[in-house]
Amino acid sequence: MSSHDSDPRPLLLGGPALGLRLIVLALMAAGLMVADQRNHHLAAIRDGVATLAYPIQWAVQAPVAAWAGLRESFATKTRVEADNVRLAADNLVLRLKLLRFESLEQENQRLRAVRESSARVVQRSLVAEIVRVDLDPFRQRVLINKGTRAGLFRGQAALDANGIFGQVTRAGPISAEVILISDPEHAIPIQVNRTGVRSIALGTGRSGLLSLPYLPQNADVIVGDLLVSSGLGGVYPPGYPVGKVTAVVRDPGQPLLSIEAAPLAGLDRDPEILLVWFESAVVEPEPEPEPEAKPATATVAPPPAPKPAQPPDQAQSQAQRQPEPQPLPAAAEQSPLPSPGQAPAEPPPEGNAP
Amino acid sequence: MMRGTRINFGWGRVIGLTILSLAATVAPLPSFLELYRPDFVALTVLWFSLLAPRLLGLSYAWCAGLAVDGFRGVLLGQHALTLTVIAYVASKLRLQIRAFPPLQQSAVILALLWLNEFLLFWIDGVAGHPVTDWRRWVAVPMGAACWPLLTALYARFAARR
Repeated sequence: MSSHDSDPRPLLLGGPALGLRLIVLALMAAGLMVADQRNHHLAAIRDGVATLAYPIQWAVQAPVAAWAGLRESFATKTRVEADNVRLAADNLVLRLKLLRFESLEQENQRLRAVRESSARVVQRSLVAEIVRVDLDPFRQRVLINKGTRAGLFRGQAALDANGIFGQVTRAGPISAEVILISDPEHAIPIQVNRTGVRSIALGTGRSGLLSLPYLPQNADVIVGDLLVSSGLGGVYPPGYPVGKVTAVVRDPGQPLLSIEAAPLAGLDRDPEILLVWFESAVVEPEPEPEPEAKPATATVAPPPAPKPAQPPDQAQSQAQRQPEPQPLPAAAEQSPLPSPGQAPAEPPPEGNAP
Repeated sequence: MMRGTRINFGWGRVIGLTILSLAATVAPLPSFLELYRPDFVALTVLWFSLLAPRLLGLSYAWCAGLAVDGFRGVLLGQHALTLTVIAYVASKLRLQIRAFPPLQQSAVILALLWLNEFLLFWIDGVAGHPVTDWRRWVAVPMGAACWPLLTALYARFAARR
């Protein structure tokens, strides 16, 4: 454009004009950050930038994807045959399981009808491909090739064939960002399948590791236990596998156990994931960027909750029916404080104020 | 090394270079290399601020930063702020920096990239999702090490008619 050597303008640029521009631009950036942090105000700008970025992101990963496709198409005949045999065997086993599953599902629905509680099962799903770009080495997030045009929404659960994968954090028109269950900002309400103990599994930032920091020393958890989603919070469908416990450390000096689990979903190797729609029995809260992060403290509370604040008869009936899931923690899950504890605490300040 | 360079850039080349460096920041790499990826957009912004501050000033740095935010899906405005700040420092000191020998130049670039990363680290913390992993600082010396190579490459790109 302009040749810099023959530029007639003064040699030393800068001075007040440059400083002023810095201040104006820095204030604009700060304003953007505040608006973005406070959420939802910038959805249009963010979607716009993401939509513009998507073709480039797609183009960047295209050679890698093409290479993978090429290798696939040159796969040897013997491997394809071996795969075929294995898949046919798998199919037989799965069909057999499905036969039993259908009768169990019927029975479950009848039982739930008796208890007047509705079942939450996945009704519809959509396959999305993971766009192979590295968004941030320190955050466990991926980009997928479906967006709001395909009906995706923020806070939607994503699964793969082996378990729960994550949830949608940002849904643009043609692409969406999914946070993995192993992201350090993610937490998922889980239940130990063997005993029904509920807790929260936090991501650690490493794709093969979840941590369960909120279980007391006397909780019944052993290595090898299957963790399934409890469905509290309404983001994930209940009863889907999340991970397997790999280590339980009982340090008598600590009030809580330190438990590690390995996610079952192939978080770092899945080429595609399933986005699911299911009917939620609880009224869904306004989806937050990390909807489960706050309830973490709330769900630690439920075990002691019935003791202080409940009317005696109700507390007793709850103690008797301990093993099965109660509606109470589901309500507690949505507000940061369990309501039974809050109710008696509120009136006195109101009485004192006037 | 840069004194002989004549900057003769059309907007097409500017945009092309920006898109290339944006693509380089998200291109899939094997996971062990991922940590060592230099911040190419910051290097490009620094190069323009040192060599052609009249052509592409702070507003360019700001827009490039916003593009990075959009690309990586992080808080909108954080790279915009940090890149504007380092572009300001670089264009203020550009006459001195351009006279430095290559090694010293790399040292200045190291300091600027460190400032960039520190501001990002700070914003991450204030925004409530801190990344305290020490490995986030590994990319800073990598960027400074890439600087001489990058300038040679860009100078060729700029000189071609």
